[in-house]
Amino acid sequence: MLSRIQFAANISFHILFPTINIALCWILVFFKWRYNRTQDDAWLRVYRFWVRIFALTFAIGVVSGITMSFQFGTNWPGYMEKVGNIAGPLLGYEVMTAFFLEASFLSIMLFGMDRVSNRVHTIATVLVAVGTSLSAFWILVLNSWMQTPAGFEMIDGVAHVTSWYEVVFNPSMPYRLAHMLLASALTAAFLIAGISAYRLVKGDQKSSVKYALNFSVLLAAILMPLQAFVGDLHGLNTFEHQPGKVAAMEGVWQTERGAPLLLFAVPDETARTNHFEVAIPNLASLILTHEIDGEIRGLDEFKGEHPPVAPVFYSFRLMIGIGLLMLAIAWLASYQFVYKKRYPTWLLKTTVAMTFSGWLATLAGWYVTEIGRQPYLVSGVLTTKEAATGIAPENIALSLTLYLLVYGFLLIAYIKTLFVMADRAVKLEATNPKLADMQQADSTTESPSETLSEPISAQ
Amino acid sequence: MEFVTESSTVNWLPMVFIALMGLSFLVYAILDGYDLGVGVLLPTDKAAANQAARDKMIYSIGPFWDANETWLVLAIGLMLIAFPKAHSIVLQALYLPTAFMLFGLILRGVSFDFRTKAPSKDKHKWDLAFKAGSLIATLCQGYMLGRYVTAFDTSTAATLFALLSAICVTAGYCYVGAAWLVMKTEGDLQKRSAKWAIWSNRFMALGIIAVCIANLSIDPVIADKWLGFPQVFILIPLVMLFGFMFVTVELYLRKVPMADDFGCWYPFVCAIIIFTLCFCGLAYSFYPYIVPNQLTIFEAASAPASLLVIFWGAVIVLPVIIGYTIFAYKVFWGKTSQLNY
Repeated sequence: MLSRIQFAANISFHILFPTINIALCWILVFFKWRYNRTQDDAWLRVYRFWVRIFALTFAIGVVSGITMSFQFGTNWPGYMEKVGNIAGPLLGYEVMTAFFLEASFLSIMLFGMDRVSNRVHTIATVLVAVGTSLSAFWILVLNSWMQTPAGFEMIDGVAHVTSWYEVVFNPSMPYRLAHMLLASALTAAFLIAGISAYRLVKGDQKSSVKYALNFSVLLAAILMPLQAFVGDLHGLNTFEHQPGKVAAMEGVWQTERGAPLLLFAVPDETARTNHFEVAIPNLASLILTHEIDGEIRGLDEFKGEHPPVAPVFYSFRLMIGIGLLMLAIAWLASYQFVYKKRYPTWLLKTTVAMTFSGWLATLAGWYVTEIGRQPYLVSGVLTTKEAATGIAPENIALSLTLYLLVYGFLLIAYIKTLFVMADRAVKLEATNPKLADMQQADSTTESPSETLSEPISAQ
Repeated sequence: MEFVTESSTVNWLPMVFIALMGLSFLVYAILDGYDLGVGVLLPTDKAAANQAARDKMIYSIGPFWDANETWLVLAIGLMLIAFPKAHSIVLQALYLPTAFMLFGLILRGVSFDFRTKAPSKDKHKWDLAFKAGSLIATLCQGYMLGRYVTAFDTSTAATLFALLSAICVTAGYCYVGAAWLVMKTEGDLQKRSAKWAIWSNRFMALGIIAVCIANLSIDPVIADKWLGFPQVFILIPLVMLFGFMFVTVELYLRKVPMADDFGCWYPFVCAIIIFTLCFCGLAYSFYPYIVPNQLTIFEAASAPASLLVIFWGAVIVLPVIIGYTIFAYKVFWGKTSQLNY
């Protein structure tokens, strides 16, 4: 149990940072490309501000990722023993094709601007983006395979691959990958929008801030409906391959036709029913089967083999709820940008409050999919219990406490630092813009995020 | 195990993978060794000169530490993939030191980035965190090596040996870190680095001798591998080479800085040679065991089909990795300057 909490804590913490970075890196490529095309310094400043946040996010992602590579062996020895022939190569390819690419070119991307040509620097940025995406690809292949295993046979209780094609392109992989990549783009977009709105609220009127805000708001407005569409496809795929998970998501205890969509309910595992239901009749059936009285298999069909209902049920609603909120804000802000050319203050403040909404939605989504797979670690092949470690509980308790303290601290430090960086950028602009150049020359001060002077742009 | 005896492709696969894994550990020890060492050597107080020295020292490893650490992920990854049984035995036996080492690595990894981005008044604290994280990581790695070498024996003698190993490995990392700084810096910092290098070189030499004696007295099989006839003829030139490098490095470091910075790379190259030889020595002592006296590489290996899949990947990808690693070092070649971004 402690093992599970520890791994869950670790994975929850780790996922936050790659989620931002997978898309943020491509957004940086876009900023750099805009700069190359327009030679407008504002784009370079946007790039420079966000590349530093990328670096910080990357560092935390790397160190928490290293922790995970160790925990596979320490906390889940049964996992590699049973499905190592499949998980091993996938993880190996992740390290070999993605990690080194990211880590090696990141240094050139961060520190190499003065040392290599602009073209090589742009290529380095693209390669880092390719690296982060490859990393996401391999890890989602593995995760999808654990959800919907395919392309293997069991010999003496150990999985052996029969077709790598089927392993990689297992039934849920395309949906899961698309859903995750979009989640990453939306998380990054809301982060950029939130921090940029914060700077605007604080009176930072630079065109670079506005470029970033406009871009991220439009990106979110376009991708949000796309995410809803992909999410729906992903749901249908889950309905087909993991009906027990869907039953838990929808809170359907008995198999029924024309199942209602529960807006709210309190699932009760002992009485095997819901309390306080607020429901829209027939809608769940309509969404999942595209028929008004389509059949949804209930939890009773998976008795003893279905996940704990409440966490899956609530997480799913949390994800959808935040998603709808994000959609509303993104569309409202885009409307303001396109038709009114300005953002009202209340909207900016709401956007600041929504800075980390992508994180919440992504985490909730991960809980739905990961808890939804329980009691299995690999659906139908390996239960979580079988894979767990035999390490003394007090040792795990000790390391767990250590990890939780570190993660809590880092999370606070990370969020605080983002706003400190934003404040510093605002302050630099408020004082003499020439100061920016001086600070860059001084080696002992922290490098300012906005190093080029720029006149305050008129509306 | 049926697989292992049936197929003809299998016996070379575990050997190839143990070689790859060993190479990754060695590259990790040298590369992350120097940046961990630089972290351990950071001066602590708030004086402006030391603040400047810290900045310079951290700039010298800034573009590299991230990729350096990836070699550890590759090494552990290869162990997980190719020898899953060994991975779980070794890491479960070393559970707590591993957790503390990871704590150290996390601390230093994030301090490096936070130090320039946090409010200036916190910078000194992040520097201390960087130093503490580096020290914790090196001590834990040394301790883990000591535990591994004594086959996870829990006796007091073995624990003392592991503690000794913790100090020796830290000294070794400090030496390679100081040698890196002698190569990458100039002026006052270079002179200070030379002093650090002299002292850590002496400690490292003592450590190597102690570990050798302890190792040879613990296990008669290993003793025979080195002291038996004619194997002892490998040992004699090795001892002479070590002695020669120790003396010349010490003599050189006392003269730093030489005119035109002559031979500033010499201590670092010697560090690479020393690390490589020590590593080969360990590998020679334990082969074919991957968990000492418990599990050979052939017993621990995964299914050949899976290993082949990674093998072909590695054949293609590793040269590319080495290629762009060299490119990255070329971009940041020469004396360290300020990092702007």
